[in-house]
Amino acid sequence: MDFRLFDLKIVEYSFFITSVVVILIGLYGALVKRSLIKVVIGLSVFDSGVNLLLISVGYLTSGTAPIYSPGLLKGMPLTLENIKKLSEGMVDPVPQALVLTAIVIGFGVTAVALSLVIRLYRHHKTLNIDEIKNLKW
Amino acid sequence: MKKVLVISLLAVFGGYLLKVLFQIDFGHQFFTNGVKDLYLVASPEKLKVANVVTAIVVNFRGFDTLGEVTVLFLATTAMASILYKGRHQLGERAVLFSGSSIVTTGSKLLFPAIILLGVYVFIHGHLTPGGGFQGGVIVATGFLLMLMAYKDYSVSHIVLSVVESLAGITFASLGLVGLINGGSFLNDFMGNGTLNALFSGGLIPIIYITVGFKVGAELTGLIYTALNEKD
Repeated sequence: MDFRLFDLKIVEYSFFITSVVVILIGLYGALVKRSLIKVVIGLSVFDSGVNLLLISVGYLTSGTAPIYSPGLLKGMPLTLENIKKLSEGMVDPVPQALVLTAIVIGFGVTAVALSLVIRLYRHHKTLNIDEIKNLKW
Repeated sequence: MKKVLVISLLAVFGGYLLKVLFQIDFGHQFFTNGVKDLYLVASPEKLKVANVVTAIVVNFRGFDTLGEVTVLFLATTAMASILYKGRHQLGERAVLFSGSSIVTTGSKLLFPAIILLGVYVFIHGHLTPGGGFQGGVIVATGFLLMLMAYKDYSVSHIVLSVVESLAGITFASLGLVGLINGGSFLNDFMGNGTLNALFSGGLIPIIYITVGFKVGAELTGLIYTALNEKD
């Protein structure tokens, strides 16, 4: 049951490459952009990249979702051997549960950051961090 | 100059990250080998929960989920207090115009269906993909649709905070009942039922329903706070 189409490393590892590229794009946006909204967007993209990386670490080639649905069980009795046999072909559920937490935390961070940006805009009437100089020493 | 510096820094960072990641045997090797097998076997066998991710989030790491819900609550509170305005200087809605009659009628038709989908997702969190967080977000998108389509649609902050607090208190007190009964926080004091039945998994569906209500109320309040932000 091996579904590998190509034996190239670049195809196999495209999950990792994509997530690292997404992480780098997010970091670039957060470091270089001058508009505060773009900085928050960059942080959010960075967050998505980390989540993608965590999920792809738990990937199993031709594995199923970690759900014992009736279609997967196909009426077989629920003995320990059957469960162990089915669990061999399942992807890792631990990173998925961690990413569920990480998404919620990322959402909270984005919400608080955006409200701080709104507050800054209300005070300074600009979003450019070069023009907000009150705290520079 | 700064851009060149940042790009070269990021290139070094990404190169090292990929160098480490390429050492992983993709799709074959697991970092959490022992833990994963324990969860995958114990979830259908002992807890009778079909969705292993739900079992991990609500049962094995249930205390962590309580903390996660607290983080969401803190984010909502922080946002409301950062954007605080007195009652007399409450700004106008950021969406200043009402939608066209097609948009308003369509969203009125869609709203109950979206709420139903959200409730379905968080009630069946232990059987199908989904759960309290996802269902709560779907419920909040229904409210977002109504708030965007109607200029004068409003939700009561008091009702939202009552729903949110009741859900949070239910979660914490169920955990405390488990602590008194079985000696550990969130200890299951109900029967487990059969795998893939709606009433199975003991406390897990009840906790995920409370999480769904809490997340839905929190996100709706957050959207409402952000939408009323206009000077």
